[in-house]
Amino acid sequence: MAEIIQEEQVKGGKKKAKKHAPHIDMTPMVDLMCLLITFFMLTTAFSKPKIMEIILPEKIKDKKDKQEPPKIAKSRTINIILGPDNKVYYYAGLVDDPKNPPILQVTDFSPNGIRKLLLERNTALFRKIKQFNDDITSGKVTMPHDSIQPAIRKLKNDDDTGPIVLIKAYKAANYGNFVDILDEMSIIGIAHYIFVDINWIEEKMIETTLGITPASSQKK
Amino acid sequence: MPKIKLPTKSPHIDMTPMVDLFSVVLTFLMLTATMRQPEPAPVDTPNSVSEKPTPSVDIMTILISKDGKVFLNVDNGKDTLLNYREKILTEMGKQYNVDFTPAELREFGKNPSSIGVPMEKMKEFLDTKDAASKKVFQTGIPLDSLNNQLASWVLYCRQVNPLVNACIKGDTKTEFPAVKKVLDILQDKNVNRFDLITNLEAVKITEANTPK
Repeated sequence: MAEIIQEEQVKGGKKKAKKHAPHIDMTPMVDLMCLLITFFMLTTAFSKPKIMEIILPEKIKDKKDKQEPPKIAKSRTINIILGPDNKVYYYAGLVDDPKNPPILQVTDFSPNGIRKLLLERNTALFRKIKQFNDDITSGKVTMPHDSIQPAIRKLKNDDDTGPIVLIKAYKAANYGNFVDILDEMSIIGIAHYIFVDINWIEEKMIETTLGITPASSQKK
Repeated sequence: MPKIKLPTKSPHIDMTPMVDLFSVVLTFLMLTATMRQPEPAPVDTPNSVSEKPTPSVDIMTILISKDGKVFLNVDNGKDTLLNYREKILTEMGKQYNVDFTPAELREFGKNPSSIGVPMEKMKEFLDTKDAASKKVFQTGIPLDSLNNQLASWVLYCRQVNPLVNACIKGDTKTEFPAVKKVLDILQDKNVNRFDLITNLEAVKITEANTPK
């Protein structure tokens, strides 16, 4: 713009023809743009929310269709019960004798809590998946991009040493815990986990651990 | 000796580069903007490591607020001519004996936002123009066993659009029994695959976590 002004002065020559500089006051325009930018920045959803898939076991409505539930090894089973105050309770195996239930261990969602515990038991599979991912990134194994997920799934399906995790939720748990525990499963790469309803023995076990009198709880 | 007159510069600042920059930013924001949907209840979604983006079509989102109210949002399908929302509302109207005028149907179909209005109040809700008074009707979809409207919504959503996927968007603080109830209703209608809507959170995990 400065150039234009100089040119005009040279051309004009006469002193009296002092033209106004063709300045346009841009301040209102800048103001408006500031407003618009602020508006768009505030209304834009920058990070699109992500989804996490979960498949629940089909409910058996008709008694006739009732099938024998699949048998799982007791030694591999870990029961995880989501409790109040972001606490996680767990016990291994199953309840043999309702009169004398196993003692519940308590832990939390920190990296040294439930993650460490499950990772200890799932080390073999975790290493396998990690090795596979490293091979892919370093180029040792080349494979089309869309067959990576199925390959990992196959690794998981072939696994027969890792834990089988049964996730249950006590009524005082919240939705965040539910998502967190499913998230832990995918972080650790647990091959077999399922979300099932809590049964009354386990509810009782939680209540005994928490020190709630059984009278205040409802029996299912 | 005559003084050398320094040309006094006008105190104008040249704003052209600034305007240029602003227009670029503005254009970028306008083109990439996906408007945040106004939700009837504030929901703080939990975090997960999942990197799958939420699909934008063929989803029905069930929103569970902190106090256990349930809202439903369903999209119009990948083509706006499909008008899934209008069809779903017509079916719902048939079941609950509510007649909707074409204007009301259009009102329901054109803005895909979450609804938590009982069917008895739906007509009033659609006739109300003012956004503030509309909010009063958003009391959550009834889902008790006597008046299970959520089950009907889910049923008709899936009848009208068989490709629809159920997404659950819950607040971190939502009590689990409220979520369980919704899951049970969905499973009653043979929906066994859910997408839980979460925020992305990076978690680093290494062998260091595993004890030797």
